[in-house]
Amino acid sequence: MNRCFHCDEPLQGSTLTAHIDGRAQPVCCHGCLAVAEFIACTGLTEYYRLRDAPGAKPESTASAHDRWAALDRAEVAGQFTRCSGELDSATLVIDGLRCAACSWLIDRALQSVPGIADVSTNTATGRTRVSWLRGRLSLGDVVRRIADLGYVPHPLSDAGALELQQAERRDALKQLMVAGFGMMQVMMFAVATYSADLAGEVMDASLLKFFRVVSMLVATPVVLYAAAPILAGARRNLQTRTIGMDLPVAAALLLAYCASLWNTFRDSGATVYFDSVTMFVFFLTLGRFVQMTVRHRTTGVTDALARQLPVCAHRVDCDVVRDVPLAALQCGDVVLVRPGEVLPADGELLDSQAAIDESLLTGESVAVNKRRGARLAAGALNAGHALRLAVTAVSDNTTLSHIVSLLQRAQTQRPRLSKAADLAAARFLQLVLVGAGLTCASWLVADPSRAFAATLAVLVVACPCAFAIAIPAAIAAATAQLARHGLLLTRIDALETLARIDRVVFDKTGTLTHGDIAVGRCVTLGTRGEHDCLRIAAALELASEHPLARAFARFGNSLRAEHVRTVAGAGLEGTSDGQLYRIGTRDFVAALRGAAAPSDATKLIGTVVSLGDARSELALFELQDTPRLSARFAVAGLREMGIAAEILSGDDRAAVAALAAYCAIDQYVDRQSPEQKLTHVQRLQAAGQRVAMVGDGINDAPVLAAADLSIAMGRGAALAHASADMILIGDDLACLPEAIRLARRTLRIARQNLIWSAVYNFGSLPLAAFGLIPPWLAALGMSLSSIAVVLNAARLLPRAPAADAGSGSPQAVLS
Amino acid sequence: MSILFVLVPLSLGLVLLAGWAFFWAVGNGQFDDLGSAAWDCLRDDE
Repeated sequence: MNRCFHCDEPLQGSTLTAHIDGRAQPVCCHGCLAVAEFIACTGLTEYYRLRDAPGAKPESTASAHDRWAALDRAEVAGQFTRCSGELDSATLVIDGLRCAACSWLIDRALQSVPGIADVSTNTATGRTRVSWLRGRLSLGDVVRRIADLGYVPHPLSDAGALELQQAERRDALKQLMVAGFGMMQVMMFAVATYSADLAGEVMDASLLKFFRVVSMLVATPVVLYAAAPILAGARRNLQTRTIGMDLPVAAALLLAYCASLWNTFRDSGATVYFDSVTMFVFFLTLGRFVQMTVRHRTTGVTDALARQLPVCAHRVDCDVVRDVPLAALQCGDVVLVRPGEVLPADGELLDSQAAIDESLLTGESVAVNKRRGARLAAGALNAGHALRLAVTAVSDNTTLSHIVSLLQRAQTQRPRLSKAADLAAARFLQLVLVGAGLTCASWLVADPSRAFAATLAVLVVACPCAFAIAIPAAIAAATAQLARHGLLLTRIDALETLARIDRVVFDKTGTLTHGDIAVGRCVTLGTRGEHDCLRIAAALELASEHPLARAFARFGNSLRAEHVRTVAGAGLEGTSDGQLYRIGTRDFVAALRGAAAPSDATKLIGTVVSLGDARSELALFELQDTPRLSARFAVAGLREMGIAAEILSGDDRAAVAALAAYCAIDQYVDRQSPEQKLTHVQRLQAAGQRVAMVGDGINDAPVLAAADLSIAMGRGAALAHASADMILIGDDLACLPEAIRLARRTLRIARQNLIWSAVYNFGSLPLAAFGLIPPWLAALGMSLSSIAVVLNAARLLPRAPAADAGSGSPQAVLS
Repeated sequence: MSILFVLVPLSLGLVLLAGWAFFWAVGNGQFDDLGSAAWDCLRDDE
């Protein structure tokens, strides 16, 4: 088992071990080691036995602690906390929360801290509510404790949206329950009535009347309360003169209900349809509930911004550095950004030089050097020295906000395929109304006494109940099945698009690759062996905040470096075992031994880092992003189905070409800015292709929104999630072909459902018009047609629950 | 069969009671998070 005990990623040569319950377990990096040992020393190793998804891979813990230091200060923490009595409380969004065991771990770890009053972590929404005694603890203490467990907590300044979601969920649950209980009660009386009819017996008239009145009493709250959202939707449709599915559904519902109401009081012989009405409402409410759950699981745009920006800014007021909330920043302020911190606002660089990692904004995976006066964007990471920034834009005017609004605009321009289905339902309703009118007119001529009964029968029998459930039932079943494969659906109409995709466009960094830089190849040039070189490099880089430094972390060991000095844009210098070493660009390393950098270009691709001492160059490291194994399977699966694959990347040609060769993708475009990516996808769409985009970064967000179908990686930026139709929870690309196959099957089943319900409705229409359908058969037919549609959709669900046990997330290693 | 005229209203009363209990439970947050409740028994066992 060459996988990390904590995060289940490949060890890749790491020799670190953590001691859990007296056994040495291999871990992949210092971060995982720290988390595993923290969990062990707090006595919570039970977590490893309970979890059903691997742990979150932590960021380097050393920097995380400083990041939260500002939250110890009341004026910064104040924007996130609420006071009640002597308690402070806050809501945190937790990144890396994967399963119920995670929330158990967080709850346990926080409860053992003296001063914590209450913790509740919600696995479904990924949020924790904490309250603590003011004075005993600060928000910073709480956040650090969670960070120690390997999760990334983000305090939420606006918990309002959360409460709104909770209220919506509670209302939907109540409505579902009313519809379900109502359906069961009414069905009880209906079955009794029908069986009497079938047996040819005549029921006692007073009992029949009694059953009807009771059915009416139960069905009324179902229609008026449980179906209220549908009725409200229909009213909105009427008011705005738009056509939606709600309108024909509400019309059918009200017609059947009012007809039954009329028959209950007018005439003891005529049929009532309360059973069909309640069942109809129950299935509809169930479908809506599933859709709502799906919607709530994805994070909103406001959440995304909260994750991206730091919790506070360090403002420089007359040489005094003060931590202030972001809202207090103004244009012209000077802020200090420490190494490893995220820029709080757009601004101009005041220092002579700085290394900035803009990967979240541009997709470039390597930090770039900026000079004095350069414009820097909020959300970028300071990868070098502490720097000073003159603020030029805050909050809504920043580049980040600009991308968000670009995203919102692209979302509204999205083609809506589902409008066609709504239109079809509306046409059908018109047809039924015309048919009812014709029936009424014909009977008035032939036999006026039967005109009313026949017209009502037509309206009720032909009501598009099965028609309305046909698509939602299939989609609800497919949604549940997709979730088992690790794909979360965030927009319901995405399934339809998924089935019809011609081309899948992949982003490179973080999508086809893991997004972490790793040492791809090591070429030794001196007398030292490869292992030695890596150990020295790891010791030097341990102190660095540079993103490339993480590549060496897994080679960490007992070797320590002293007097480490960072030279921005060049590299590091430090002493280890009494020897002076340099690591960084070849020029920088060569300067130590007083020579010029050798020009013999070794055939290395990607970013090359050199290591040397005062006498000679020791080694060259090729730093590469490791490709995902699942990418190859995904591309092979797609090709089998006749779907084209393409790479669209911001990186340079060599890196993209190497990856394309690895994944067996023959089409790729390199060096693309977010705008170019957008036009490329739009050009493909203009050529008549249906394009699916798979991406992870903020720079991908506008493209994701413009593509016919967008899929975001589960570990990607929250903004990418906000603009995606689907989220790959386990980051396993290999499930894509399977998902497309499932979507195609769903569409086939939805089509079968539509045909079946149309045949039933059109077939029963003339029979009802001629008065040939006995009352019990009309009601039974209506219910059975709906049940048939639901059962057909249920074929999409997995048969045996045991079958998927192995295919899901990797199980905990402990037995 | 006249016993039904008593039993059916009685059952309706029970349904109302069950409905009230469910509404109370929803309002009380019993259904907000169904995932982590199963782990609560492991919480205070030290």
